[in-house]
Amino acid sequence: MDDAAVDDAAVDDAAVDGNAIGGLLIEVFGTEMTTAVGTCGNCGAVAQVAEFAVYRPGLGTVVRCRSCGSVLMVFTEIRSVTCVDLMGLASLT
Amino acid sequence: MAGTAVRRRLSWQTATVGRVTDETPRVRTLWLEVPDWPGHRAGQHLDIRLTADDGYQAERAYSIASAPGEPLAITVERLDDGEVSPYLTEEARAGDQLEVRGPVGGYFVWEPGSDPGGPLLLAAGGSGVVPLRAIVRERSRTGSSVPVRLLYSSRSWEDVIYSSELELPPDGVQVTYTLTRSQPRAWQGYARRVDMQMLAEVAWPAAEQPLAYVCGPTCFVESVAAGLVGLGYPAGRVKTERFGATGQ
Repeated sequence: MDDAAVDDAAVDDAAVDGNAIGGLLIEVFGTEMTTAVGTCGNCGAVAQVAEFAVYRPGLGTVVRCRSCGSVLMVFTEIRSVTCVDLMGLASLT
Repeated sequence: MAGTAVRRRLSWQTATVGRVTDETPRVRTLWLEVPDWPGHRAGQHLDIRLTADDGYQAERAYSIASAPGEPLAITVERLDDGEVSPYLTEEARAGDQLEVRGPVGGYFVWEPGSDPGGPLLLAAGGSGVVPLRAIVRERSRTGSSVPVRLLYSSRSWEDVIYSSELELPPDGVQVTYTLTRSQPRAWQGYARRVDMQMLAEVAWPAAEQPLAYVCGPTCFVESVAAGLVGLGYPAGRVKTERFGATGQ
């Protein structure tokens, strides 16, 4: 619970979570997705989308597994068209 | 959610800034008038998009501060290096127009009767109190009697948002503060970052099957959520929302 413990958990303070991209996901999928359940294609961890780690460096949105750090989803917007890469997910329901 | 059963495609729409109120030197509440706002649930957020003269766009998510059925309001903390919050906290005036998209979110929401379990534990780091305040107001608005404990971590008393409202909490709502950087003279409360001992003292015992909502900077949320799980809360009973490194 102290600073050292947080560092041990390898927490990236810059990461937000899937709640933050609820609006983007509604635009892409046409429905509320933060309560959808995704399975990591790498480690098999199962979590609600709201719990995924989300990085928004400016050029796009990178969604990672909170267990193994693998990239699950990538969204980039080019001329108002959103490109979607879901290759890191084994399933999303 | 009251209203239409037909799913509305979520899109950007124009909001007009109504009343503006300073909460703290860094935090401001803005009421937004959005035609055809479909209503929201306590804990949801909306996205705001600003467009510069050269076409550059920046968008950010802001938690909704008001309960469903109340005039729509957001509470925004100024981040000095932010792209959106300096405008919202310093420049936005009544009558200004901006683009909003929402309401957004289905995970970090609370509705009376939606959970058959025990009491609510709300843990806020800084402006993470905003969606939790909406939950407390919704509890009052709907006449819910679910017991609530709110643990609110703030840098100083001057940084406490909604202090006058939280000074007289509704029956069944207990507010505990911890002031991590500076404290008023004769402060009797907690004066450190939330730790296991504090959670053990403030949080409902796991045996009461509490439902926890934890919101704030990412390091705060990680720390509190891990602490609650350490106290026996099932991970699925700890709902989290992370604002990133510096808040909302």
